[in-house]
Amino acid sequence: MTAATQSFADEISNLMYATGTRGLNSCIQCATCSATCPAVDHMDHTPRRLIAMVNAGLKDEVLASNTFWTCASCYACSERCPKEIRPSELMYALKRYSIWKGRVPRRLVGPGFSRLFVRQILRTGKSYEPGYAPAFVFAGGLIGALREARFGMRLFAKGRLALVPKKVKRVENFRRMLSRIMPLEGIA
Amino acid sequence: MKRYAYYPGCSAEAVSASYHVSTLETGAKLGLELAELDDWNCCGATPYTNIDELLADGLCARNLAIAERTGLDVVAPCNACFKNLHHANAELRADPALAEHINFALEADGLHYGGKVNVHHLMHVFVKDVGLDAIAKQVKQPLKGLKVAPYYGCQLVRPDRDDGFDPEAPHFFEDLLKAIGAEAVDYPYRTRCCGASLMVGNRRAALAMVRDLLRGAVQAKADVIATACPLCQLNVECYQQDVNREFGTQYKIPVLYFTQLMGLALGIEPKRLGIGTEVVSPQPVLDCIARRPQPAAAGAAAKTAKVGKP
Repeated sequence: MTAATQSFADEISNLMYATGTRGLNSCIQCATCSATCPAVDHMDHTPRRLIAMVNAGLKDEVLASNTFWTCASCYACSERCPKEIRPSELMYALKRYSIWKGRVPRRLVGPGFSRLFVRQILRTGKSYEPGYAPAFVFAGGLIGALREARFGMRLFAKGRLALVPKKVKRVENFRRMLSRIMPLEGIA
Repeated sequence: MKRYAYYPGCSAEAVSASYHVSTLETGAKLGLELAELDDWNCCGATPYTNIDELLADGLCARNLAIAERTGLDVVAPCNACFKNLHHANAELRADPALAEHINFALEADGLHYGGKVNVHHLMHVFVKDVGLDAIAKQVKQPLKGLKVAPYYGCQLVRPDRDDGFDPEAPHFFEDLLKAIGAEAVDYPYRTRCCGASLMVGNRRAALAMVRDLLRGAVQAKADVIATACPLCQLNVECYQQDVNREFGTQYKIPVLYFTQLMGLALGIEPKRLGIGTEVVSPQPVLDCIARRPQPAAAGAAAKTAKVGKP
């Protein structure tokens, strides 16, 4: 099948090829995923509904949804799905797809946070919490920023925030390694 | 002496330093040699998989390759590090084409991964490799009367593991708490997600998830929540004030790492377990332990009852 004739459902299914899913088209709409999901109250479409929407080819509606960016990757749905669809892998696939296609709704915080995180690791090889402050500012505006600053001070007072990021020792090798997996120009 | 390649994870260097030190202290007491993996890097958490799955696998593969050189299995104290390393390991073992691609990348750092390393969560090592009986024998101060809400978190009991634990109704955390003399309370959501990085991406959703957990633990009359993951600890402990502000609740329940509770039961000084760096004071837990007269022993600990103790 060529890309030109590929349906949206096929595109997403192909992205899930290596995840061990039995295929979105084997969904029986039982809603075990929706009933299991701890974040479902905060999604505009339930996971069950989102699967049906992908299968029905409702691309624009799916990409406008906050559902997959509201997934915390807890894998509870994948644990329980009786058809082994692995909805958590669908959520990952849709996150990646929406970033690649530049179709991320601007109000969402998750995509920006993911990018910040990835850039931080590309630079130093290790995570560094204060480096993610811009995502908090974006999420909560000035009030949110002040709130998070206060939160940060509480942790700092207990010695739980580092002043400078830690680095892996062979950071140049580390970066060359990752650039062999994919070009980093677009990310870092 | 059992030896492992210990993968601390990024949180261990600051936000969960208390987990790190209490892991090393309790591990040493119980005959575990945890040799820190040389020049380890971040496991990628969830954001890497959000952006690119190959990058996520590459990050984990570097750690696995470094571990393979030592000939030791990897132990990770963080649920997310454990899940990521375990997951990437399974993928690399199952897919030779993926392994070849990743190994081409690893060459840039003079590394190669042949799929020979096993990945364990720290709690599994304590429960299975050290063993509950062996732990009970070392207990000097059984945590009698302490009601603990065991919080597994999510990724400790999620798919594709080969450890034989029941993901739907696990009880190894409860078993471990009983081995150190504590009472494990039953409450809803002990394996439900803490909200993880939704605390950034969708704050209200994450706070609601933490609120549900706190409500369950408090209604079950727990004195303390025990966790096995730095992100769970951060969300459930440090965001309690935020939960209270958001929902008008008044939760103030200590949240400690299971290794800290184990360490207290093994007679290790609270300070050496990193106790004192919490946002919610764990004093009620320490008081509860201090109130107990030193009992002769609990269960199997009888055989090694310490002499010369007051």
